[in-house]
Amino acid sequence: MVQTRTVEIAVGAFVAAGLGALFVLAMKVSSIGALDVADGYELVARFDNVGGLKVRAPVTVGGVKVGRVVAIDYDMDRYEAVVHMRIDRRYDRFPADTSASILTAGLLGEQYVGLEPGGEERYLGDGDEIRLTQSALVLEKIIGQFLYSKAAGGGAK
Amino acid sequence: MTAWLQRLGRRGIGFFERLGRGHLFLLRVLAALPAALARPRLLVAQLHAVGVRTLLIIGVSGLFVGMVLGLQGYNTLVDFGAEESLGVVVALSLVRELGPVVSALLFAGRAGSALTAEIGLMKATEQLSGMEMMAVDPLERVVAPRFVAGLVAMPLLAAIFSVVGVYGGWFVGVGLLGVDDGAFWSQMQAQVDLHDDVYNGVVKSLVFGFVASWIALFEGYDAVPTSEGVGRATTRTVVHTALAVLGLDFVLTALMFE
Repeated sequence: MVQTRTVEIAVGAFVAAGLGALFVLAMKVSSIGALDVADGYELVARFDNVGGLKVRAPVTVGGVKVGRVVAIDYDMDRYEAVVHMRIDRRYDRFPADTSASILTAGLLGEQYVGLEPGGEERYLGDGDEIRLTQSALVLEKIIGQFLYSKAAGGGAK
Repeated sequence: MTAWLQRLGRRGIGFFERLGRGHLFLLRVLAALPAALARPRLLVAQLHAVGVRTLLIIGVSGLFVGMVLGLQGYNTLVDFGAEESLGVVVALSLVRELGPVVSALLFAGRAGSALTAEIGLMKATEQLSGMEMMAVDPLERVVAPRFVAGLVAMPLLAAIFSVVGVYGGWFVGVGLLGVDDGAFWSQMQAQVDLHDDVYNGVVKSLVFGFVASWIALFEGYDAVPTSEGVGRATTRTVVHTALAVLGLDFVLTALMFE
């Protein structure tokens, strides 16, 4: 009888440790609580070029994460990339002339959307479009331009 | 020539017969599951044999695997000045791959071989036939509880492996090599996704638990009832489980992280 008791206690401890480990994986290793925007509103922005922006990339204002990119489409009528962003409800008073640009974290880091609040009195609501946008900087293009201007400058000399 | 063809044919037929027996065995075990679940005491005893007794090897291996990951990852990342990403490297490799796979391999070696030997010896000493004579279904009484225990224990063991490994990597990276503690955890939390990484790791280990228990129990149940037969069955369990786990891991990874 004592033996079944120790066996049962050991099994109980094992199952508890296993479930605890799953819990640690969920809470500490991944981040379940760190802003998964379930309750939010959607903003849309059109870009000529989104570069390497990915779905789930962060949306930030002044370096603070306020939302996530939820979808990226291409509009065949206007030949522009359409980025759908879901913004946390807590940040619901962006002026209508807020601008959006695609930025890069560090030199080679992942790309994200940076919002820059404007000064208008009206606020953006669910489904509204951000009109002022700046596309991603594509490194190849910049290098190409640099080399071109370098070559042109060299020829003039 | 004919003799060679005949041997090849016999081999082929034998292979497919075994495959068929294996699947029929699985169906019968699944059919016996409700009866096994009605006796939680048998399940607890098997969880002890399969899970608790495997815990030590899982914990120690997890710790060392995590520490090695921390050391190797640091040496590579420090060249790029990206040693803060150490947490991401350690956690992703453990949660996605090493946790489920290595614990399944250890499980096959520690618990699977024991299951095969146990059931094979029960068969060799005619305990299984004895049970049938007493109108006790050995599948319900012996096999099904062990199957459930393997299925339940595997994800728990893999999770423990991963967590111990992450702390092993943390100990080496933050404790010994001087990676920043905050960056270690925050980068990890930013990059590891609950659904994509953690859930998929659990799904993997569930599949591995299923396959490892199935192979171990079938090999035991199907063993030639001699001491030599049981020995060979035990070897086959370890080899086949390792192959199945590694092959399935590729398939699952291709499906999950495309």
